[in-house]
Amino acid sequence: MTEQMTGAQALVRALEHVGVDTVFGIPGGAILPAYDPLYDSTKVRHVLVRHEQGAGHAAEGYAQATGKVGVCMATSGPGATNLVTAIADAYMDSVPIVAITGQVATPLIGTDAFQEADISGITMPITKHNFLVTEAADIPRTIAEAFHIASTGRPGPVLVDIAKDAMQDTMTFSWPPVLQLPGYRPVTRPHSKQIREAARLIVESKRPVLYVGGGVHKAGAAPELLRLAELTGIPVVTTLMARGTFPDSHRQHMGMPGMHGSVSAVGALQRSDLLIALGTRFDDRVTGDLSSFAPHAKVVHADIDPAEISKNRHADVPIVGDCREVISDLIAAIEHEHADGRKGDFDEWWTLLDGYRRTYPLGYEEFADGSLAPQYVIERLSAIVGPDAYYTAGVGQHQMWAAQFIGYENPGTFINSGGAGTMGFAVPAAMGAKMGRPESTVWAIDGDGCFQMTNQELATCAIEGVPIKVAVINNGNLGMVRQWQTLFYNQRYSNTNLQTVRRIPDFVKLAEAYGCVGLRCERPEDVDATIRKAMEINDVPVVVDFVVHQDAMVWPMVAAGTSNDDIKYARDMAPKWENED
Amino acid sequence: MSRHTLSVLVENKPGVLARVASLFSRRGFNIDSLAVGPTEHDDISRMTIVVSVEELPLEQVTKQLNKLVNVLKIVELDTAQSVQRELMLIKVRADADSRSHVLELVNLFRARCVDVVPDAVTIEVTGTVDKLEAFVRVLEPYGIKELVQSGMVAIGRGARSITDRSLRALDRTA
Repeated sequence: MTEQMTGAQALVRALEHVGVDTVFGIPGGAILPAYDPLYDSTKVRHVLVRHEQGAGHAAEGYAQATGKVGVCMATSGPGATNLVTAIADAYMDSVPIVAITGQVATPLIGTDAFQEADISGITMPITKHNFLVTEAADIPRTIAEAFHIASTGRPGPVLVDIAKDAMQDTMTFSWPPVLQLPGYRPVTRPHSKQIREAARLIVESKRPVLYVGGGVHKAGAAPELLRLAELTGIPVVTTLMARGTFPDSHRQHMGMPGMHGSVSAVGALQRSDLLIALGTRFDDRVTGDLSSFAPHAKVVHADIDPAEISKNRHADVPIVGDCREVISDLIAAIEHEHADGRKGDFDEWWTLLDGYRRTYPLGYEEFADGSLAPQYVIERLSAIVGPDAYYTAGVGQHQMWAAQFIGYENPGTFINSGGAGTMGFAVPAAMGAKMGRPESTVWAIDGDGCFQMTNQELATCAIEGVPIKVAVINNGNLGMVRQWQTLFYNQRYSNTNLQTVRRIPDFVKLAEAYGCVGLRCERPEDVDATIRKAMEINDVPVVVDFVVHQDAMVWPMVAAGTSNDDIKYARDMAPKWENED
Repeated sequence: MSRHTLSVLVENKPGVLARVASLFSRRGFNIDSLAVGPTEHDDISRMTIVVSVEELPLEQVTKQLNKLVNVLKIVELDTAQSVQRELMLIKVRADADSRSHVLELVNLFRARCVDVVPDAVTIEVTGTVDKLEAFVRVLEPYGIKELVQSGMVAIGRGARSITDRSLRALDRTA
């Protein structure tokens, strides 16, 4: 069936056809034609945000909480450039979003017209793909292609820049369009020979580790991972992007690896003889100094992106494929090995690892002056709020504590800015997650620095009826930077003190100004009651100003560029790697 | 570091050259030479890219190139199994005294004169990198006024074509 309509109407119709129910954005001159038919759509809800960066992060939060493609929209020039940080963030963390931007009319492109920016050029290195559409007739097909590219293979952001005249011109709409992507063929089926080789290495290994990254949950493979782990009895580490993909409470879970990982997870990787790396990319924050990372280990590396395999660490068994298919095939191949009487014996390995776990559990310092330890706040949040909620975080100390001290049991419940490390991610991402999962509790765990970058979206939350909860871990400083100044710059605190101790701004008043409830908590004995009070408020957003001690530090820590072997359990305290081979 | 010649088939769409070039610079690879032009199929352009890299980084850049949605196919051409050519235009000082010497060199290198004025000749020459370098060396004593060179283009020897299968992929989506 075909129908005559404008390019803008075709855009909205195409969005409806690909199943979009929520769009975060702000209108402006060049995108204005699209907002007119959007006004009439009964299927697509447009959420008017306060800053385009908020739209981008909200789309990311929505995408990660639902598994669907998140959508953000902005006008040309500054509207589009304000999306750039969120697009870069989505690129680093493989989050499927589609950004739709208006562009100046075709005859004006390249003339330095009002609000003109070459956004397709700007976003070329930070998108999976992008399009500049100058013909109305191309709009539906391009939208279909954008959603297909964003959501398949390794997910990622796609930008569609549409010239204003293309939206105004008349075209003939038909659906579905034929995709024209001859160069786009993601491989999802793993090679059976590689699977058999991986299974053989697994049953022959003595000290294997399942090194699990964000790709496992993105493939919807958490149940398969659990089966694989229990079938083999192999210890599991979950990276920052994979927290919750394997239950924290499971006895085979060793914690998070990396710069602020647990001693048991880092120690397991360093002493391993076989890494089974699933949907993960050997990021420098995990490996530390690459040349001394897991020095005795062979590597089985499965990823849907062939370019990740052997990029940082040579893979002895490279497997290109979707993690769900990879893990399912691995289970079958290992069952076959077991049936033939070849089964790994990891008892000695577990004795060593249980020793690490017993000797070096996650912990933190309490302060003698009765002030609040940030870790305690997050520990209590975890205990009271529980594992069925979604948690978001920005970047920094609060993010690491949120990764360490919340007990995650469900895949995808920790949404944070991993690869890009974007300050200001938490609040808009929480908004997006809450809109995608309105029945769930969503807590943004934020720092006072991060919070001041994007808290304007509290207005959006209050007006649109999105009752998120925000725990501001307020230490009055850019805490992680301060921690590095403490450790590496002789306690010279150059430009890290935000002085929120002077109540500038007063986060409680700020919350109230935005139509939210503002609470404050400054003493350990008030933490539980404050969290419970926040949990009781479900009609408006709640902001809790947790005023914490400024000297709390994130431990353990592998200093940047050093070996994982040199992990510090606390300041000037290194674990003893006894029982060495 | 060794030199590698990549033949890259791409969709003939605006911005593809920018995507390829920016990928190389972003990932820290230097391009020695790049030539791009149409192929026997209207929808496909072909780039010949010469890079000096080790084996492992080459694999990485090939994989990254393959991720570009507009890239259809990448083939590394082996020097021995392919024909590789560059085109050079050179303007050389040549007056009545020296012209015959210059023309002798032109003949020796199977080059061609494409323009003559009383005090200069312009020469067109094609060949491998080595041949062109040698030609420039022998012309230098006469005085090179201007020189322009294309990137290398290359094609595999034998009857097989690297475009066949990509064409079929294009047909399926058309």
